[in-house]
Amino acid sequence: MQGSIRQMIKDKKEKQQSRSKIVEKIVPGILLICAIISVLTTLGIVFTLIVETITFFSQVSVIEYFTSKDWYPFFESDPDYGIWPLISGTLLITGIAMLVAVPFGLGAAIYLSEYATDRVRRIIKPILEVLAGIPTIVYGFFALTFVTPVLQNVIPSLPVFNALSPGIVVGIMIIPMIASLSEDAMSSVPNAIREGALGLGATRFEVAVKVVLPAALSGIIASVVLAISRAIGETMIVTVAGGATPKLTLDVTESIQTMTSYIVQVSLGDAGFGTTIYYSIYAVGMTLFLFTLIMNLVAQYISRRFREEY
Amino acid sequence: MQLVDQAKVKSRMQTRLKQNKVLKGVFFGTTIFALVVLVILLYRILTQGIGYLDLQFFQNFASRFPEKAGIKAAFFGSLWLMAVIAPVSLIIGVGTAIYLEEYAKKNRFTTFIQINISNLAGVPSIVFGLLGLTVFVRMLEMGRSVLAGGLTMSLLILPIIVVAAQEAVRSVPKELREASYAMGATKWQTIKKVVLPAAIPGILTGGILALSRAIGETAPLLMIGALTFVAYLPENLLSGFTVMPIQIFNWTSRPQTEFHDVAAAGIIVLLAMLLIMNSIAVLIRNKFSKRL
Repeated sequence: MQGSIRQMIKDKKEKQQSRSKIVEKIVPGILLICAIISVLTTLGIVFTLIVETITFFSQVSVIEYFTSKDWYPFFESDPDYGIWPLISGTLLITGIAMLVAVPFGLGAAIYLSEYATDRVRRIIKPILEVLAGIPTIVYGFFALTFVTPVLQNVIPSLPVFNALSPGIVVGIMIIPMIASLSEDAMSSVPNAIREGALGLGATRFEVAVKVVLPAALSGIIASVVLAISRAIGETMIVTVAGGATPKLTLDVTESIQTMTSYIVQVSLGDAGFGTTIYYSIYAVGMTLFLFTLIMNLVAQYISRRFREEY
Repeated sequence: MQLVDQAKVKSRMQTRLKQNKVLKGVFFGTTIFALVVLVILLYRILTQGIGYLDLQFFQNFASRFPEKAGIKAAFFGSLWLMAVIAPVSLIIGVGTAIYLEEYAKKNRFTTFIQINISNLAGVPSIVFGLLGLTVFVRMLEMGRSVLAGGLTMSLLILPIIVVAAQEAVRSVPKELREASYAMGATKWQTIKKVVLPAAIPGILTGGILALSRAIGETAPLLMIGALTFVAYLPENLLSGFTVMPIQIFNWTSRPQTEFHDVAAAGIIVLLAMLLIMNSIAVLIRNKFSKRL
């Protein structure tokens, strides 16, 4: 009797073990497939962009794309495909956005990390998170229906669609990003360094600007570069409030078009599959992708290369 | 003989202290700026949209007349989309996180996947739209459907979920794992019965936040061709659809100002939905953060 129970336990154990052995072997494979999907996504993006861009360049010359100063794809008789107006529109928006986001974001980061008490920080940080979580279409609505009319009071000649209003709003949108990433960088500067400077008689402002800021500089620059990348890829705000007239201009009061808003314009219109216009969104998308990729790589390089270790 | 000129020190000290005080005010002002903008934004949208926000607004489809326009199709479209995104992105995302944290060896391939994920997080959402348009809509012939939109969005939020899930899995104490091994559990049994239950609050919080990002996204869905004028509800995964952000975009880009008020009403619904989702995430975080 005793022996048979022992036997039963042994049998059961073996059965369980053989089953769990199979599971143990299969599971890592399934999980690996999950992990590979993210790699496939990247490959899919690169592959899609490259293939369709090549099709585009079989219909439009590469030289025209990089040298022509006009972007008029909708002229049926003589369309022009020069990327520069779209790039200048994108950079104009990005420039305005940075002029707003860097001072306000950095100011908020300095205040939160160097001046604010714990209680104030606990109130303000969630508010910044809320600001970061608002969908971009809401910001677009805000730019068109509030910021533009307000600006028109100051500049009466400002048209409904212009670069200034969406630029400012994109800047507001990325303030939380710069603020929280820079604050992280500044809070990771050890307190001993701060106290050393304070002990020598420095004021809080001097500590912030002459000690903490330089020590956290790599993190701060990385946050700004990431923010630039975000601004370049921003779509809905500029689509709603920026207009649809590609123009090689630095005048912020004019209607412009960015790379992203061109892609949206085409996808909303009725340019059929297989037309040159259809393929052009991939060429523009490729250009956009390269811009943001370079920015992201630069940010990673800066934060790795120039990080101060304490 | 006086070594230190007291008057000079005093005046310099005073200017430095004054500078500190003034700039503290400036920094505080920059911080408050964001708050002021948020208040203006919410106030404007509430006052503009509240008039159109009634029961009819939820019962009506899109319309050419602002007073008859409703958000029904977009609201249910967003729910349909969520029903696709949530399972797909959670399963793939958590799977990836477990693989990277528990199984992957520290080699070049693992580093490559990790770098790839962080780069993917920086790709503009509209580029994901181009990917979805080519791969899901055209190559896999899903058409401009809920399924194509949902899969595109799942890929978009995948990096966010993976990072959140990785952090959740990583924060499970080693002792729990070792105790489980000591009891004779296998690796997968340990992950399934010890690590995952302990990590689930973190995973859910991250997942809900990622989902709320997806609910607010417009651009990728415009690319894959979610419709802007829909007068029916999706019936299955291959139906055409619209979502709230696209409906709002459509109303915003109309010239009549009445439609701007309708858009504001739509924004209130969208923000309310996001608020609810975020509150759930915070609740989960607070409820479970004390354990372990």
